[in-house]
Amino acid sequence: MYDSGKIIAGLLAFVVFATFPFISNMGKAGAKPKPSIDTPVINQMQVKQCVESRDFMRTEHMQLLNNWRDSVVRNGDRIYVNNAGQGVNISLQNTCMNCHSNKKKFCDECHNYMAVKPYCWSCHIAPKENAL
Amino acid sequence: MSINRRQFLKLVGVSTVAGIGGAAVFGGLRNSGLEASQTSPDPRSLKGKRWGFVVDMSKLKSDEDYQKCIDACHSIHNVPDMSSLPEEIRKRQEIKWIWKDNFEHTFPTAPEDEYQNKEMKEKNFFLFCNHCAKPACVRVCPTQATFKRKDGVVMQDMHRCIGCRFCMAACPFGARSFNWRDPRGKDDNGRPFIKPEKENKEFPTRMIGVVEKCTLCYERLAKGLQPACVEVSNGAIVFGDLEDPNSEVRKIIAAKYTIRRKPELGTQPSIYYVIGGGEHAG
Repeated sequence: MYDSGKIIAGLLAFVVFATFPFISNMGKAGAKPKPSIDTPVINQMQVKQCVESRDFMRTEHMQLLNNWRDSVVRNGDRIYVNNAGQGVNISLQNTCMNCHSNKKKFCDECHNYMAVKPYCWSCHIAPKENAL
Repeated sequence: MSINRRQFLKLVGVSTVAGIGGAAVFGGLRNSGLEASQTSPDPRSLKGKRWGFVVDMSKLKSDEDYQKCIDACHSIHNVPDMSSLPEEIRKRQEIKWIWKDNFEHTFPTAPEDEYQNKEMKEKNFFLFCNHCAKPACVRVCPTQATFKRKDGVVMQDMHRCIGCRFCMAACPFGARSFNWRDPRGKDDNGRPFIKPEKENKEFPTRMIGVVEKCTLCYERLAKGLQPACVEVSNGAIVFGDLEDPNSEVRKIIAAKYTIRRKPELGTQPSIYYVIGGGEHAG
């Protein structure tokens, strides 16, 4: 092989360059998102229970919100009956954010980590949070 | 392996049954507890088939009577106030859910009538979305962002609106406004269009690039309340179900002289204006 020295050196340089981000971050896990439920309303609750179970909300809240939106806007149905049989007023601003009044520490925590940008807040008014 | 015709047909039959049955079983398993049947209307909500207004013009006397209703509507719905913009820009960009205009502009096609109540012709008329029974805006909307609800409200789904403004071209009543600017933004002098202290935190704003209009206070109807403008109008605006022959609106329409805006276009507006009758009506 002609110029094998240059080629192998070049290949090595390429491999180092291409894998640099992975090698340099090896063993350093990014901080896991820790959505906080430390809000005045939630702290006062005897049983800390969202409209559905924690696992369900974790994995399905986007579908739930989507259904809620269609239910209210398209069908005019404003009561959601959860698996426990309780009726909940369907409203992002008045129900969800009433408890989760810490959008930055609750919503944004995971959404930023996952690099998803839901456009809820371009219209819905986020709770006013004190800039600490 | 070779099979004859009879065996083949048996096989096809069995696999079809298995396929349909299997889909039903797995479809049921995948049900994650998110069903449309899990939602229901608020029991307090007002029920009607075709909501409409009757505006009694004789009860609207001063500018204050109008402004009160306009303020009530625009403040609870976070409608941006563009009045600080230069006149030329404001005229084209302002957002209005409820506004007023003179007789000629309100009823441009009303036949000339020299004996008609002169006082009425000099008045300003209250204007809103007419919540037509056959709305032109709904027919042209390419995304069904605007649609007709079962109770007659012509609804605007801000989540679906793509801002094409077909509905604005279609609406013969100018009831629709386009958000040329971010309604949460500020004018050149730094004055916000929605004052922070006036912001209604229970209702969303809109965003730049969507069309908005009067929604007949659908969020209030769901709580059993009348529309905001009706509530503060001191009886000048009457709200009711036009399909119900015993409703107050129908009784007024039967007893007094009412007109609608551009009825000849066939959109069947649901807003009636009382421009005569009163105490003298038989």
